[in-house]
Amino acid sequence: MALTAQDKSVVVPGEELASGMEYLPTSGTYRDGDKIIAARLGLLQVDGRLIKIIPVSGKYLPKRGDTIIAKVIDITLNGWRCDINSAYSALLSMRDGSSDYIAKGADLTRYYTFGDYLIAQITNVTSQNVIDLTLKGPGLRKLGEGRIMNINPHKVPRVIGKAGSMVGMLKDELGCRISVGQNGVIWLQGAPDKELLAVKAIQKIVSESHIPGLTERISKFLSRK
Amino acid sequence: MSNLREHILKSLEQGIRFDGRKLDEIRVITVEKGISKNAEGSARVVVGDTEVMAGVKTAVEKPYPDTPDQGNLMVNAELLPLSNPDYESGPPSEEAIEVARIIDRGIREAKAIDLPKLCITPKEAVWSIMIDVLTINAHGSVIDAAALASVIALAHAKLPKYEDGAVKYDELASAVPLARKNLPITVTVYKIGSHLFVDPLPEEEEAADARLTAAVIEDGSIVALQKGGEKGISAAEVDAMLELAQKKAKELRKLL
Amino acid sequence: MAYEERFDGRKFDETRPISAEVGIIKEADGSAVFRIGDTVAYAAVYGPRNLHPRFLQDPSKGILRCRYNMMPFSGAGDRVRPGGNRRSKEISMVTEKALLPILNLDEFPNSVVDVFIELPQTDAGTRCAGICAASMALADAGLTMRDLVASVSVGRVDDKILADLNYKEESYDGEVADIPIALTPRTGSLTLLQMDGKISRPELKKALEIGKKVCEQIYEVQKAALKAKFSVGDAHE
Repeated sequence: MALTAQDKSVVVPGEELASGMEYLPTSGTYRDGDKIIAARLGLLQVDGRLIKIIPVSGKYLPKRGDTIIAKVIDITLNGWRCDINSAYSALLSMRDGSSDYIAKGADLTRYYTFGDYLIAQITNVTSQNVIDLTLKGPGLRKLGEGRIMNINPHKVPRVIGKAGSMVGMLKDELGCRISVGQNGVIWLQGAPDKELLAVKAIQKIVSESHIPGLTERISKFLSRK
Repeated sequence: MSNLREHILKSLEQGIRFDGRKLDEIRVITVEKGISKNAEGSARVVVGDTEVMAGVKTAVEKPYPDTPDQGNLMVNAELLPLSNPDYESGPPSEEAIEVARIIDRGIREAKAIDLPKLCITPKEAVWSIMIDVLTINAHGSVIDAAALASVIALAHAKLPKYEDGAVKYDELASAVPLARKNLPITVTVYKIGSHLFVDPLPEEEEAADARLTAAVIEDGSIVALQKGGEKGISAAEVDAMLELAQKKAKELRKLL
Repeated sequence: MAYEERFDGRKFDETRPISAEVGIIKEADGSAVFRIGDTVAYAAVYGPRNLHPRFLQDPSKGILRCRYNMMPFSGAGDRVRPGGNRRSKEISMVTEKALLPILNLDEFPNSVVDVFIELPQTDAGTRCAGICAASMALADAGLTMRDLVASVSVGRVDDKILADLNYKEESYDGEVADIPIALTPRTGSLTLLQMDGKISRPELKKALEIGKKVCEQIYEVQKAALKAKFSVGDAHE
């Protein structure tokens, strides 16, 4: 009737987390007899009686409503196929690609072409992982000249911060334009030295996200440079 | 032009590379020798996040008909699917073959190996020197890293004992006869706009207009060249690129 | 002639020195290196990702694809020709089978998880080292797994039952049985079992007992390596 692993510690597949029926296995765990076992690598989180594992690695799992950064990788008869840094590519249809009317047979590369990055929203994910995107909505657009960096999608909330506070601080301090996609793709543009500093700050956020006092450390890091 | 190229070019105008380096600056390099006890010579080279391994194996074989009294040299490069999501399993890609051929030409034209000394019995038996180089993590500048690892593995390789028509791999005898001064150092110079730089990141390789690879021996002579990339280069640019290649080759030679 | 003392002085149920590291290939979604004695195995995981050609896809779940490869300069004696052979094909296949029972790829229909195993230096036990590295790399890639898989070879040299045969023991001039096994440490379920040689049932039973004990030790090394990547090292990067 006890936890056998420490709350907030890193646990690995097959590791025993708790014994007894008092605790309930949720995300990333399973029950085997009276024991609860880890079913993936991650941070153990005990919330009352609920036991779950917060992933620290792994591909982005697309969710309806997420705003992501997509890369155009192919042009089909009726839209654009995009890489979204997950196991599956996504489709942006002609209808959802632009508020302009696009006639059938139009040259789609005039809108978006191979290699372009787009801030898009996921409108649908089917059970077979067919993923639909839209570019109709506030802030959704084609991204211009800039730098792309990839981070682990599970760290995105830390880079954004509470109500956008972390990324807001980076933008203000460094005068850079930064867009963070839920899929772990980040677009940056700024003066070369400042932009590099933003990259380093984001790397620091990602690697130190589990150590308390992150905002202060990042703020200090920016003022030191 | 692509967004990436435009962005990198803007930064280069201020003398700043994509990762903040100077144009002629190479990432930190570490070298480890003897990474496989079963190879007659081997090395690991890490350049920034790029890691490659090279090994030398030897065998006694028949010489090629056109060189009956010389040893054989063979260089093989593999861009392992283990090392990059874009590399695929299967027979060597054009890219991998180009890497192998660049390294092969450098070593051959530098006369780094004394091939006549590898003859045991003319027309019958000669040593074959087989260099294999493989990528472990491919993150830019694979050509130069692979060439460096190959030459370091070769420089430390020893021939096994050969007795009664059999190679005794567990008894290494003498060093591969090398002309050490002629060990080639391979440097690839990249060009974006009017800017020349070395040791590119993947983004810089993607954005580059052209590249020129040069194999340089100790006295600074150039023994092999390979131009790559989608755009042309002028004779003046070739000269500037080679000047940079010679300068960097001198630095890299200290790692041998 | 009886095998009284091991060539390298180990106890009969003792492995060679073992070490492991996770996250060593940055381009990969998951990676690890596993060393046992002079055998070194690198593993990288890519995926789940798009699977081509389409006819290979399974609409009910993702598939696992393993490729085992000895580097050309990794083996004793002659160069190993690149491009694979019958042996490496079979090992790739049994490696897949050894790892599949722990993996759950239901969430990823039509996709593939690729596992690449490369050995720069070998001294027997290569498929087992590859499986150990691959299992860590899969966990590092954040996949859903019931357990890790630990793997080692056990066997018989003359009348002695022993763990982790090296090349010299495998090629011993006497009676030798070489039995590579893999198992899930929590339940002891065997996911790889092969044998070259000759053995009696009681001897096999004893060999498997030793194997289970050794796999539990290996699991501890795997666990520590995975935790090290995500707990300590991180903050200093």
